[in-house]
Parts: sequence; C-alpha cells; structure tokens
Amino acid sequence: MSAARKKHNTEDYLRMYKQMVRIRAFEDKANQLYLSAKMPGLTHMYSGQEAVAVGICEALTDEDRITSTHRGHGHCVAKGANFREMFCELLGKEEGYCRGKGGSMHIADQANGNLGANAIVGGSMGIATGAALSAKRLGKDFVTVCFFGDGATAQGLWYEVMNMAALWKLPVIYACENNGYSEYTKTDEIAAGSLVKRAEAFGIEAFQVDGQDVLAVNELTSRLAGRCRKGEGPFFIELDTYRYHGHHVGDINRDYYRTKEEEAEWKDIRDPITNFGKSLIDQKMFTAEELVAIDNDIAADAEAAVDYALKAPYPDGSEVDMHVFAGVDHALDYLRGAR
Amino acid sequence: MTREITLSKAVNEAIAEEMRRDPTIFLLGEDVAEAGTPFKVLSGLVEEFGTERIIDTPISEPGFMGMAVGAAMTGSRPIVDLMFGDFLYLVMDQLCNQAAKTHYMSGGKLKVPLVLRTNMGATRRSAAQHSQSLQAIVAHIPGLKVAMPSSAYEAKGLLKTAIRDDNPVVIFEDKLMYQDKAPVPEEEYLIPFGQANIKREGRDVTLVATSSMVQVAEEAAETLAREGISAEVIDPRTIVPLDEQTIIDSVRKTSRAIVIDEGHQSYGVTAEIAARISEKAFYHLDAPVIRMGAMDVPVPFSPALEDLTVPTSEGVAENARRICRGELVHAA
Repeated sequence: MSAARKKHNTEDYLRMYKQMVRIRAFEDKANQLYLSAKMPGLTHMYSGQEAVAVGICEALTDEDRITSTHRGHGHCVAKGANFREMFCELLGKEEGYCRGKGGSMHIADQANGNLGANAIVGGSMGIATGAALSAKRLGKDFVTVCFFGDGATAQGLWYEVMNMAALWKLPVIYACENNGYSEYTKTDEIAAGSLVKRAEAFGIEAFQVDGQDVLAVNELTSRLAGRCRKGEGPFFIELDTYRYHGHHVGDINRDYYRTKEEEAEWKDIRDPITNFGKSLIDQKMFTAEELVAIDNDIAADAEAAVDYALKAPYPDGSEVDMHVFAGVDHALDYLRGAR
Repeated sequence: MTREITLSKAVNEAIAEEMRRDPTIFLLGEDVAEAGTPFKVLSGLVEEFGTERIIDTPISEPGFMGMAVGAAMTGSRPIVDLMFGDFLYLVMDQLCNQAAKTHYMSGGKLKVPLVLRTNMGATRRSAAQHSQSLQAIVAHIPGLKVAMPSSAYEAKGLLKTAIRDDNPVVIFEDKLMYQDKAPVPEEEYLIPFGQANIKREGRDVTLVATSSMVQVAEEAAETLAREGISAEVIDPRTIVPLDEQTIIDSVRKTSRAIVIDEGHQSYGVTAEIAARISEKAFYHLDAPVIRMGAMDVPVPFSPALEDLTVPTSEGVAENARRICRGELVHAA
C-alpha cells in the first residue's frame, strides 16, 4: 500500500491502474471457479466498480481501516491483500486469510487494515463507526472507510451510527457504492429522495462523485481523509458505479430487471479500467503495449494463485472448534468447563 | 470482618477499578453518565472518568452495540450498558452475527473484547417488555460467554474477569438484587469463568440455580433441612462456559436434581442443564431431573398474575419433597 500523497505521479497512476486490473483479474478467475464448480458456495462479483475501491484505498495509509461488504473482493485487493491467500480463502483452504473459516463473504485482512467483509447488508456500519470512535478515544491517527451499497442505505443502523458519528465528530467516511441495484431491484424503487441529502440532514458534509473515475475518487478521498485526521469528519460520499455481473455469480438471466443494452453501455463507454488506460496512453505516460504487458502479467499471477489454491490443503478437521474464543484452543472442551 | 456492599456498588467498583487499571476501557449506553443509569448503578463514574470514557448515547441500541464491536476490534475494550435485558432483541444482529462470530470468521485474526452488561428478572411489576430473562437466547450462540452473578460478591468478581476477557461476554444482573448486600472483600479478587460454586453441601437432592434463583434454592434448602432433607445448592456462576463436572459430581452423590433459572422453561437454561445431567449421570438418578423456569407466558403486569410465573422457594421445596419421596413429578 502506498501512503497517501498530496500529488500524484506516474508511479501512483501505475499503481492505481494495476490495482484495478488486479481486481478485474481476480474476479474473472473467481467467476470461472464458480462456473466450473470448483468453488464451494457462491460469490458476488465486484467487476465494474474497481475505481471505487482503488480510488479510495490508494488515498489511505496501511493504518487506516476499512469495513467491507458481501461484494468485497475489490476492497480486499485494493487494501493490499495477496491473490494467493484470497483464492485459498475462497476455496476454504488452510492458507486462506481466515483459514477457510470465512470464505468470500467474510474475508478479512487485519494486517492491511481490512476489518472484514460482512454478509449482513449494512452490518458493518456500526463496526466502522466504532473503529473511528476507537481512533478518537485512543488518540490514534487512523481513518476508517465504511464501504456499503445503495441497498444498505435502507438499513436503520446507518442512521443511528451517522447520528453518533456526527455528534462526536468521528474520523469515518461513509462510502456508498451506488451500482443502481439493490440485489435484483432497481435502487430507484427502494430509495426515496436523495441519499446525499440523508447524510446532510445529520450535518454531515456529503459528496457525489463519478465512481468510474479513479482519479476523481482518489482526489476526493485524499482530501476527506486528511480532513478526518484534523477532526473534521465524518463525511459521506455517494459513488455512482455499476456492477457488471448479477447480484451473485449465479444471477445470470437478468433480463427481467435490467437490459443487455444498459449493461453494454456501461462496459463500452464507462469502463473504469479502459478509460483510465486510455488517459494514460493519451498523456504518453505509457504505451498501449506496456499496458497490455501489465495486464498479461497480472492475469498470469492470478492464474498461478488459482493453481496454487486448488492444490492447497484444506484445514485439518481438528480446527473446526478452534477460534471460537480467543485464548481457548478448542471450544468444545472449554464449553463443558474443562480447566 | 468483611464489609458488606450492595450488588449495585459491587458493579460500580469493578468498573472503576478496571478503568483505572486500563485506559483502553470505556463505557457507553443510554443515560450512563450524569444519570448513572435508571438504577443508579454507575453513579459517580463520570465524575472520575469524564464523558470521554463514560459515554451517553442516543437511544440507538443497535448503533452503539455495533460501535462497541468495531471499537473492540481496534484496540479498545468497551463495556456496553444495555438498560434492560429486553432490549437484547434490538441488538441481536450486532451481538450474534457480528461480535460472536468475528473471531471465528477471521480465523482467529480479529478479537472482540467487549462486555455487554444488562439485566433480567421479573416481579418488578414492569410487564412484558421490561421483565424478561433472556440468557438462554444469548447462551445459544457460539462465541459468546454468559455470566449470571448471584450476589454482590459474584457480580464484582465475574465482571472484572469479563472485562479482562478477550471475547464478547454478556453479564445478566438481576435488577431486583441491585440493593441486596453481601460480603465483598476490600482487596482485589477475580472469579474465573466455568467454575461453579457449591453454596451449600447436601446429600439428598441437588439444586442447580442461577442468579437470584440461588437465593430461592437456598431458602428451599433451609426449609427442607428442617424436614430432614439435605439439599446441595450449586451456583454455576457462568452458563457459558458451564462447569459440568461440579454439577455431575453432585448429582452422582445425591441422585436427584432440580434445575432453577428465571428464563422461560421451554428450550431454556434449565432444559440444557437437565439434559446434560440426564446424559452424564443417568444411571445415578433416582428420579427424573426437574426443570423449574419461568412460566411459558409473556410476563403479565398484574401482581396477582406475575407472581405465578416465576419459581418460588415453596415450589422448589415441594418438588424436592416429592422426588425424595419417590413421587413422579411432571414438568409444568
């Protein structure tokens, strides 16, 4: 992870490009694992939303925290996770970030400040706000970004914690990724009024940004993270974006809730990676060939990580009652009062 | 001679001592600061620790419960004050889906060292939404520890242990016992989890009782003693973890057992403990294990009705007499 910087340079741009490509490559592989029945369960693809996770996380330090969602692979990669441990986790393997106990929907990477994905929609809003309370109380410098989707804005928890965050001026940024769909329902059908105004009603400064523009997202987040560190938080950002896949990998026939033309328009005209790549070429920072080489290297990395994870061992059965309680080796003995 | 203090004071002392020891501890909840809670359990703490560490929240139980989880994951050790146990239903997602599972789901990487203090207990004429004893619901969830102090002594020792624990711990204080006094040493002590206390030794019947039901069981044991029946009273102190061995050893000795808890009887704490006794001491039993929980009805307001819903010492003594006589007793 790069530290937040005031001015971007070629190196920063390259990192942002690479990180977005890494997310796309990860998701393409995860989707293939599902379609070829090699992955237990199912998963939710982040493809299309890469500029949000990367623009935000590239504005954060390693110490800064994020909370993630059921559509969380992008956040995890953007905050600095490795492919190998991530694919191992998706496949329930011992070397996964959570030793195979969490899977896609609960992947957490404490070392890089990722407090975990959450399979309850809006479930991490309290956790993120509490992390910000911790920072303020303990005199720590870290900022917490709470990722959530437009669907989560229908949860009452958000209004409770926004109220407290505003009252206590907590260093938290609520990042709402509005991809237009609350599972299988258009957001327009579930959200009355304006999301930005909901945050503003609590006296929280709120912003709307093009979530397909990684530089715009990054610039805004850098500014707001800096202000959080000066005690000027909390903030709200609505990021307009689009999810290329269905609600989850099994949601393939989507005609009943959105058109193929709509999907094609976002992919052809507003793809965050294609557009950023073009701008890098236009500014003569990189050639098209150089970017293709980068894409290919990353695809090869993803391929190698998948191969590794497929061959990696599952956790031993004895781990099933480990990690129920901190400080307790095996919960079942402990629960019976073993000393 | 050891001084006597109220359960309320014991809780207050435990929190103050731990907060002096560890600056990462803070407390949050509704009306905890200047008001010191409706039961005045926390009076004086804000004067010593300030509003930065004794934090009044809006009436947003899921919100502040969730924030405690996030704070616990990032270096703080929060104590949550949930004004009434009945409000547990409001915080279930944050407590059971988040706090309880985070350590496991992260493969042991994330810890959630928090204490949720709340209360229980009927017969305060507070009706169905301020009188419930919901310990069984919490004890059902893997990843949560559950303590049920039966006196001021237990309240202090168990709370200090809970605050130092690296896991989410839920403590149920019986709100009718806040003014009850008990001997509490001036010097520091902690009570380990998973170690039952044999309150009274006996030969003929084992009474396993939690929280205020320990008093009920002790009163019953006094009555029975006058009639020549020797009852052993066991206070598990924590129901998660549960000290099975002490209970099983006692039942193997007495061959009879009654389990008393103020939660609803069906699918409850009494059922769980009775089942474990039946599984592990079956061939030592001379009678079916009896469960005595709260009646399976919402808690009624009218005193004439409410008093019928909770176990009493007379009821415990009568059941003990009957199983000691060899009569078959059917569960209520």
